[in-house]
This record gives sequence, structure tokens and C-alpha cells, in this order.
Amino acid sequence: MKTNGGAALIKALELEGVDVIFGLPGGAILPVYDPIIDSPIRHILVRHEQGAGHMAEGYAHATGRPGVAMVTSGPAATNIITPLADAYMDSVPMVVITGQVGTAGIGTDAFQEVDTVGITRSVTKHNELVTNAADIPRIVREAFHIATTGRPGPVLIDIPKDLVDPTNPNSALDWYWPDSVDLAGYNPRLDGDPALIEDAARLINASQRPVLYAGGGILKARAAESLLALAELLDIPVVTTLMARGAVPDDHPLCLGMPGMHGNYTAVTAMQESDLLIALGSRFDDRVTGKLDAFAEHAKIIHVDIDPAELGKVRRPDVGITGDCRLVIDELINALKQLGAPENQPDRSSWKSTISGWQEKFPLSYVQSEPGDLLKPQFVLEQLRDNTPDDCIVASGVGQHQMWTAQYWKFQHPYTWINSGGLGTMGFAVPAAIGAKVGRPDRMVWAVDGDGCFQMTAQELVTAAAERIPVKIAILNNAYLGMVRQWQEMFYEERYSEVYLSPDLPDYKMWAEAMGCVGMRVESPEDVLPAIQRANEVDDRPVVIDFRTDASEKVFPMVPAGKSNSDIVVGPEGLR
Amino acid sequence: MSPATRHHILSVLVENKPGVLARVSGLFARRGFNIFSLAVAPTDDATRSRITIVVDVESAPLEQITKQLDKLINVLQIDELAPSDAVERELMIVTVTVTPESKPAVLSLTDEYSGAVLDEAGDRITVSLGGTPEALDAFTSQMGTAVVAYQRTGRIALPRITS
Repeated sequence: MKTNGGAALIKALELEGVDVIFGLPGGAILPVYDPIIDSPIRHILVRHEQGAGHMAEGYAHATGRPGVAMVTSGPAATNIITPLADAYMDSVPMVVITGQVGTAGIGTDAFQEVDTVGITRSVTKHNELVTNAADIPRIVREAFHIATTGRPGPVLIDIPKDLVDPTNPNSALDWYWPDSVDLAGYNPRLDGDPALIEDAARLINASQRPVLYAGGGILKARAAESLLALAELLDIPVVTTLMARGAVPDDHPLCLGMPGMHGNYTAVTAMQESDLLIALGSRFDDRVTGKLDAFAEHAKIIHVDIDPAELGKVRRPDVGITGDCRLVIDELINALKQLGAPENQPDRSSWKSTISGWQEKFPLSYVQSEPGDLLKPQFVLEQLRDNTPDDCIVASGVGQHQMWTAQYWKFQHPYTWINSGGLGTMGFAVPAAIGAKVGRPDRMVWAVDGDGCFQMTAQELVTAAAERIPVKIAILNNAYLGMVRQWQEMFYEERYSEVYLSPDLPDYKMWAEAMGCVGMRVESPEDVLPAIQRANEVDDRPVVIDFRTDASEKVFPMVPAGKSNSDIVVGPEGLR
Repeated sequence: MSPATRHHILSVLVENKPGVLARVSGLFARRGFNIFSLAVAPTDDATRSRITIVVDVESAPLEQITKQLDKLINVLQIDELAPSDAVERELMIVTVTVTPESKPAVLSLTDEYSGAVLDEAGDRITVSLGGTPEALDAFTSQMGTAVVAYQRTGRIALPRITS
């Protein structure tokens, strides 16, 4: 069948099962936007290309399916670099299609030309400049394969205009669809080496103080059930990193919650005092380890990751296993059972009582505000948490509000927490929430955002209003770039430099209303719940609530940057 | 930096496609590692190229960069060649000044290194020679201040055939 590159691209996306594209047209990608009119694929017209990328990420986080974004060349391509980098850092499956100037114009500084594959090389799992229209079906097939297998990640396809323009002979091709993908240099190993798995089982059997250190890879591998089975088989506690919140239900007795710079005392200290860390799809990020030399000094390490480059990258494992977390955990469970688990496990009751002692002694805490004072952000989060469904999806931006949400939310299900962990992209929340709601329209989706973050990507609420995507945004408005303010207060002698934003400029309620949303403002504790309840009832447009919060409130516990996790500061009084 | 101290030779088999060299070299550049020498050409299979990279780096970061290289979709195989387990060759062309008195010695030395005269005019002569990197070092060293300019290809290497 004779076809052209533009029609072939859309057909290939349909065959890959794409149901939605987040995008914004422009000159170089124009020919592809014509066949979209006749395609069953839903296109969501964003207001800024960064929004398209983060929406695709939010969609992927919530559904496990690859998010797809499509934008034009030049400035559109550069605008979507941040989402690409974000997806690369957090291993989010995503396919981004960018238009490119015609093949004859490449390298001539043509209008809206940038070297997209050159610029994005270090922030994509793979990218490809299409040079021949006949390659389009194959390259699309490969892109989805690469994005979704192994360690997931973003793949970019850059397509020159003449190859998709049906009026240009360069766009002609005979349609085909590859039966399979043949990439000689790409063969991710899925099953773990049985000998190493047995080594791991023996280390576990000998451990007195083991901790399961679950990272985002657990969720990417759809391994939450397997992880819980392993934890329950051995009766071993689990910490869930920022990227793994929800991998084990927070109300499960074995779940210790979040470790790291703003982790809770028990999760941080259990890792520090452990004699065996079983790292599963986690990468010993600096925000988890604190000062590396002082991190879990007496712990042996079992490290399981689908990306062999993670093994030994930061901390050398005693047993490093390359493989898919779900398969390896299942294999490990079998190996442990063969060696006699759970009956053969050592008595770890003193470790368990040490841990529960920490939990009792050092719970998360804050002091509720006095009447007439600004809201405590933690109080707002508790109210939101307790008045939304268990399976509500929560997205956040980056900063204090993100940490409080990760701390105070009680995640009961995997894939209910969406945030920017590795790159730390302010402005992530609004578009990511929109993408999540598009992918999971059956779920309630809240974004918890900061006022600084909100101002970076709020325009996508126009997209959400126009497309009737009823996300809900809780702005914890403390009128500051709060996390920076916290560092300036603690480490720069309260010299506040360029962090004040004003609570009223912009007027968030009016801004929300101008964007077609319901806008509310909440200043006192008794108004928090009614506002949340009212927001929960709105299902035909987005809602924005401007919660006026106390700027002096800081995120605790905190391990100061560069310090050992043993130097964790539990609260403002600086007590250990 | 002397390549003899702690140099590592990576022999990287890649798909022969535009941009692949940039992907490979970019991984070294972003970690601040200087590539000491680089040689790249298609193999007996024209769809593939072999890149021979000599880099001065400690072993631990090299292991990480090797793993990162392996993640590139267009990279098919990576072998780290220990100098003792590899045969290495490099090609050099070198222009030297000669006098009627010194010329016989230059020609004789070139001959000794199995080199060949490529070009000569006036008081200059350009010779080519191939050999181990150490042999080329020795040749230029013996030529001393007579060397006007030289260009080396960077080494190419294959594993030794073991019985």
C-alpha cells in the first residue's frame, strides 16, 4: 500500500496502541497534524511544549503505558527537553516526536532549526533522526520497544518535514509493519543469575538487621506484589524511596516509609544501622545516602537492578544481580523457600523492637497553628489525605510541598504518587496531574503544588479546562520559594535572598477562574475541609485552592546536605 | 599524561551510522575524561565500525563508562584490551629537516623502522611508518629537533590470538 510518512507515522502510533497524544503543532510538524483529524487517537492541545512532555510523563506514571508527546522543531523541541531529562532521570517510558526542518534545510540554520538529536542525546535513552520516510514504521516500532523495555526511558524521534508532507515525493513509502524488533545492541537481561540469587538468599539468611530498600524500579517492574510477598515471607521491614511511595501500603506493619534527606527517623536510621540492605530497583541516590562514606557503614549490599550500570555505580554490592525486579524477587522467594524460609530465618525480634521503638519515639510531628495564624501545610495535607479516596492519585511539584506530601500522605496503592524525583523539576505537578487524569479518568487526581511551582506551568490549566480534565490543585501558598528559604534560614544565617514571591501576586483565585477553573482561597483551619469537599464534587472542570500556609514551617526531619544520615535533625528544636 | 602509565584500550564495535561516534565520545566528555586517542573505521562488515579508544582513567570510573557505553543502542560489543593481551599498531607520518650530512642517517633509521619516504623537497623529507606506539615514540625521539610536524592516527588494536 502506497502511503506517505505523515500518514504512516499516525498509523504506526495507532498500531502501538497509543490512545492519546499531548502536543502542539507548528511549521515543521504541520503535515502530521492533518491525518490526526481522521485518527481515533485523542490529541490534547497543550499551551506550552513542556506541558506536553510532563503530561506524557504523568500519563505513563499513572498507567504504566508509554506517554506520547508531539511538537514541532526548534523552540518546541528545546521546550520539551526538560521533560525528556525528567523522564530520563526517573526512568519514565515516553516517546516524543519532534518535527524537523526539511532534509535539504538541515544544517543551514533554517527557520526554527535546532540540532534536536544532538541536544537531546544525553537526556534520552535513545533518539533517532529519520532520514528516509520508509524507515518511519520501523523507527516508531523500535522507539516504543526501547522506551518500554529494560530500564524504561524517553525516546525521541526527529522527523524532517519533507518526509511527512504528502505533497513532497520524499514522503512516499510502501506501508509495512515490522513483526518484531531487531536491535543487535539492545538485549536487556530479565531473569537473574541463579547462582547470584542463591548468594543473595544466603546473605539474607545470615542477616540480623536486614532492610528492604525499594526504589522506583519496583513500580516500573510492576513488582509491588512480589515485593510485599518477599517482605512478608521474611518479616523484613521495607523503606519506600521517594520514587517508590505506594509500592508497599503505608499502613502495612512492615512499611517504614520514606528514607533520605527528608525521610522519617525510623526509615533513615534503620538503613544506617542495618547489616544488610536489599536494594531493589533503587540507585543509592545522594538524597537517600547522605554522606556516602558514612552511609550504612556496616551493611552488606544486595543490589538488584535491570540496568547493570547501576550495580556498583555508587556503592559496591556484595551481591549484584542484573534483572527485572519482579522476576528476580520471585526467583529469590523460591530460592529462600528452598533453603528453608521462613522457618530458617534468624530471630530478629530485637531488630524489630528497636525499629518499633524508633517509630514510637520519633514520629513525624508538627505544631498546629494558633487561631488566626496561617495554615500549617502538614494540616492541609492531612485533611486532603483523609478526605480523598484511597486510590486517589497525587502529583506534586518540587520543594517543601513535595516532601510534606511524600511524608504525610498514606499511600495505599502503587501508582498513586507521581513526582519529579531525580531531576527535581519545579512546575511538574499541574501537567503531570493532567496527564494522569487523562490516563486514569476513573480516579480522582489531586496535585499538591507550591506557589513557586504553580507559576511555572499553571497555563496548562487552560488545557485542562478546555479539554474538560477535572484535576484538582492544592497550592500550599507560603509566598516563598520555600525549600530555598528553608536552606537560607538554616545554612545562610537567615539571609533571605530572592525567595519572596508574595501571597497575593498573582491572585491565584482570580487566575484560576480566568483559566476556566473553580478558584478558592482558604485561610483558616475550619475552612480547609469544606473547600476540599467542594473541590471533590466538581467533575466538569479543574479546581484550584489557594491554601495560605505558614512560611516559617520547615520540612523535618532533615539530613543537612553533605552530612551523615546519622546526623539527622528530627525537628526545629534540633534534637536527635 | 603518558599513555603508558595507566591507559586502557577499549575496542568498541558499533553500528556504522551517523551520530554514533558522537554518542560514544559524549559519554567520555560528560564525565570529564579525556580521550587520549581514537581510531574509527568500518570493519569487514560495512554496517559496523570499530572504534578503538585509548583513555587514561582509573579502573573504577572506566567500569562505569563501559557499562554506560553498553547501554547505547548502537553499541554492539565492548572489549577492554589489556595492553599485554592485545596487538596494537599505529601509523605516523612525520616531516623532518635534513642536511646532506644527516639525510643518510634519517633514511637508514626510517628503513630500520620499516618506514617509507612519502615526499621530499629541499631540506625536508616526509616519511611514514607503522608500528607499536612505543616504536613511533622512539623514532620521533631519535629524530629530536629535526621533527617539523607529525600526525599519528591513534592506535588500533585487536585481541591477541591465544592458542
